[in-house]
Amino acid sequence: MCGIVGLFLKNQALQRDLGRLTSLMLRELCDRGPDSAGFAVYGAETEGTTKICMVNRNGAVNWRAVARELGQAIGAEVAVEEVEDHAIFKTTGAGEVARKWLIDNVPAAYVLSQGHSIEIFKGVGNPAAIMDRLDLSERKGTHAIGHTRMATESAVTVAGSHPFSTGDDTCLVHNGSLSNHNRLRDQLVRHGERFQTDNDSEVAAAYLASRMRAGDTLKGALENGLRDLDGFYTFVVGTRDGFAVIRDPIACKPAVIAETDDWVAMASEYRAIAPLPGAEQAKIWEPAPATVYAWSRAA
Amino acid sequence: VEPRRVMAATTARASANSELDLAKMSLREVNQLMHDTDSGDFLIRNSRGEHSLACGLDGDLNVTIDGHVGYYCAGMNKRAHVTVNGNAGTGLAENMMSGYVHVKGDASQSAGATGCGGLLVIDGNASARCGIALRGLDIVVKGSVGHMSAFMAQAGSLVVLGDAGDAFGDSLYEARLYVRGSVKALGADCVAKEMREEHKASLRKLLDAAGVNADISEFKRYGSARKLYHFHVDNAGQY
Repeated sequence: MCGIVGLFLKNQALQRDLGRLTSLMLRELCDRGPDSAGFAVYGAETEGTTKICMVNRNGAVNWRAVARELGQAIGAEVAVEEVEDHAIFKTTGAGEVARKWLIDNVPAAYVLSQGHSIEIFKGVGNPAAIMDRLDLSERKGTHAIGHTRMATESAVTVAGSHPFSTGDDTCLVHNGSLSNHNRLRDQLVRHGERFQTDNDSEVAAAYLASRMRAGDTLKGALENGLRDLDGFYTFVVGTRDGFAVIRDPIACKPAVIAETDDWVAMASEYRAIAPLPGAEQAKIWEPAPATVYAWSRAA
Repeated sequence: VEPRRVMAATTARASANSELDLAKMSLREVNQLMHDTDSGDFLIRNSRGEHSLACGLDGDLNVTIDGHVGYYCAGMNKRAHVTVNGNAGTGLAENMMSGYVHVKGDASQSAGATGCGGLLVIDGNASARCGIALRGLDIVVKGSVGHMSAFMAQAGSLVVLGDAGDAFGDSLYEARLYVRGSVKALGADCVAKEMREEHKASLRKLLDAAGVNADISEFKRYGSARKLYHFHVDNAGQY
């Protein structure tokens, strides 16, 4: 069992409340995943700037020194903002190159995300405490995805917490378990994907990233996943413009979607949607098995 | 009867016919109050997707829940009438024994699972595994049902006014299934069967009980081919 939520704002006036509303949703699902928690917030874009989020493995990292060395390595300005055990690097340089350099050269920390809009934060322990410590309620933006974890497939560590980044501005949260992730991980490694954990959900994230790099749309990648990913899942995938929801064909893992004129929300259970303004009047439905549901600001 | 129980019942009688607000009372207080009451009406507010609401009732109660409910609402229900003015989560009226449960919205998966008796009416759709392992409960779904509905159903009925999903009635025993719309695919050992007078009468009775005005000639009946659960003598050589 795990708890997942996604919130996509249609009404711009709510953007300042994104973190507060996401936090209200995720708090309802603490009992579905008491091991660890994490969230991705999309917002605060600066033209031409890439953000890279990292978290230390255990013990402090000299983030300023990392920023300096990264700047020299990629030949671009790198600024850093520290948030508890996390760091957000901002650079005008190439994001993908910076991400690879950080994974290779900063073994004391994990790279959580990279993109123009996305910021990922995660931790181990009581989800409510993680949300408080990392100021989820204060964060603003256009859409967010969150996860509370009850681990089944790999260790309870900060790296095993969701969301998993799946490339530029893309991330995934997963409720379920995959059974063919070892074989798939080997195949993806041969195609150049980088892994930081033994987690099955990271394989799903890398699979989608790999498909999209090969030219699939998000919808196409998720539909190909129905063939290639064996196991149980409800996924929420965040992109720069919105998010998508898919359940495996057996659909054991719960999901409910609600929509009003102001927002679209997805959660493992309705009780996580209940705190949203106007939830009682929302159009509410259970997503059908093996069907992609997607919302985008671009559309 | 132990004294504590009598005292609780006396207090509860005074509270029957009342409004219970989950914004002010805990879920346990609300459920306990209804368990301690033999008869009366309750209106429950601010359900907000709470789990296990109105579970295990065994009095002549009329319970209306004004909102959406979470998992296992009205599970194990006996005698009580429970109405939900909203949607219900997984395991609605699970293992219901008797009485009447009515959901005005949609129900999530495994609605009426292992139900033994009574009537469950769902005005909207029910998702996967509706009536799984049914053992005597009658279910009327005014919308459609998801995949694996009536899986291994032993007794009782499932009436669907809309469509049925994949593997409908898979490994069915003796439950009666009636569908007005299409069936995506029948499960193993589930077959379309002739609608005889006794079935028409039984369907009419179920629709009347659910307050549905529908033309019974539009329904098809499905049941077990009885090939899976009877030992076939030709297979004796396999052992």
